[in-house]
Amino acid sequence: MAAAPEAGTAPLIGAPAARTDAIAFPRLAGWRRPFRRVLSLGLFFVAWHVATKWDLDLYVRFQNIPAPAEVLEEAVALFGGAAFYVHILASLERIWLGFAIATVLGVGLGLLIGWFRFAEDTLFPPIELLRPIPAVAWVPLSIMLWPTERSSIVFITTLGAFFPIVLNTIHGVEGIDRQLVRAATSLGAGRAAIFREVVIPGALPSIVTGLSVGMGVSWICLISAEMISGQFGVGYFTWVAYGIVKYSQIVVGMLVIGVLGMLSSALIRLVGARCMPWLPRHMKDGA
Amino acid sequence: MRLDATGRIEITDLGIAFGRNGRTVEALRRTPGEFVALLGPSGCGKTTLLNAVAGFVQPTAGQVIVDGERVARPGADRGMVFQQHSLFPWKAVLGNVEFGLKMRGVGKSERTSRARDYLNLVGLSGFERAYPGELSGGMQQRVGIARALVNRPHVLLMDEPFGALDAQTRLTMQELLLGVWREVRTTVLFVTHDIDEALFLADRVAVMTARPGQIRDLVTVKLGRPRAAEVIATPEFMALKARVLAQVREEGARTLAGSRR
Repeated sequence: MAAAPEAGTAPLIGAPAARTDAIAFPRLAGWRRPFRRVLSLGLFFVAWHVATKWDLDLYVRFQNIPAPAEVLEEAVALFGGAAFYVHILASLERIWLGFAIATVLGVGLGLLIGWFRFAEDTLFPPIELLRPIPAVAWVPLSIMLWPTERSSIVFITTLGAFFPIVLNTIHGVEGIDRQLVRAATSLGAGRAAIFREVVIPGALPSIVTGLSVGMGVSWICLISAEMISGQFGVGYFTWVAYGIVKYSQIVVGMLVIGVLGMLSSALIRLVGARCMPWLPRHMKDGA
Repeated sequence: MRLDATGRIEITDLGIAFGRNGRTVEALRRTPGEFVALLGPSGCGKTTLLNAVAGFVQPTAGQVIVDGERVARPGADRGMVFQQHSLFPWKAVLGNVEFGLKMRGVGKSERTSRARDYLNLVGLSGFERAYPGELSGGMQQRVGIARALVNRPHVLLMDEPFGALDAQTRLTMQELLLGVWREVRTTVLFVTHDIDEALFLADRVAVMTARPGQIRDLVTVKLGRPRAAEVIATPEFMALKARVLAQVREEGARTLAGSRR
């Protein structure tokens, strides 16, 4: 309603300027904005290159930092061999397992806690108690609890993803419009049908938000756990590279972690959007 | 979709207490297949009365009886159309209209064909796959009406269903509702605070008092059917309106006096 009525009525002060802007803006967006973005990225690499080639020492020291070209060379070498893939697959397997367990537990418990008062009273207090403890703080205890290194890292990953998923699910269930529940009952829906037809789809947008946040947190937890206690994995690889003075491998490890994290978040968003065709596009992007 | 002799509502000495504000609604007996409007100032308990018939709230005194059975819980025999559309946002139009049939275990192809019939009745053929968020307010309420009617309810409860629409759309919707009601002869209990709307739609208008809400007058609307919008300009309509308006203004004045006290 802000812009449309101005078209037919007398021009307001400042209106012509606004209109010119509105016309000029899309043309600007045509090529200038992508150009500026690419330029920005280019400058970043130039700055990185210069800082490492000149061995800058501006309190932060660049003497030991590998240059972009060295990193690229290292990446080509690593992806040419088989060993690096073992680390990547180990990390992906742990993320997948941990995230899947956290999704089943988090969504399941969240739906129960959000909808049934009895479940809230009996299940929620321990969750509230443990929630403020960062998952990484569980590493020592986890090593004692679980028989294998793999299972203890999966546990940490699960823990990291679990809390955002369960809390967002509860939040989603509690936010369901009661009018919709009334409508369903007056159309003949029983308790099970309300849970299936109203509660679950009603909480879905919030659940997807929880999964998205949970995926980010589980990557943080995975990499931390691998650095502390791993024998495989990209986190372990990155940490060991530091120990054996293979500095360009550190940066390759970091970049791989970043790319994998980004791809898994994109996957969640894609699946989320597929499951919720009723949401307008801008709301899906937010989830 | 033809008339059957169900939809008899009996409401006796209904009392619904909210905190310390007890509201009572006096006996309202109605004949099946009638269109009754509940007219009253805001806060008089019209919606509460409707919610009691729907089974959403339990009366603290008295009881609501529909077709000889006491209302204890919501059920598909009493369809509801809400003030704010309450379609399931995650279901497309067809899914929303099919909902009641699905709850009764009607098979997929059967419920699709029946839902299509009712969508056709409210003039929404071709919108089966649209989501509620993509429809205008008037279209959303038409889906709401189809969704309630597909269950063949004995009573259709409508809680200011057109209150949020603009004047022009509201008039179109009122005419559409009368057209639909001519096809699906069910008892209608229609809550509104709009005198024109009540008189245009209903066989009888129950004028309610300010709180605690009671039925003060039951005005029989002897206007022929089918009714077109032009009926509003006839002398008969004007006379009825004058009578109802006087009562409504009196109640309004009493509310004002009450709030001053």
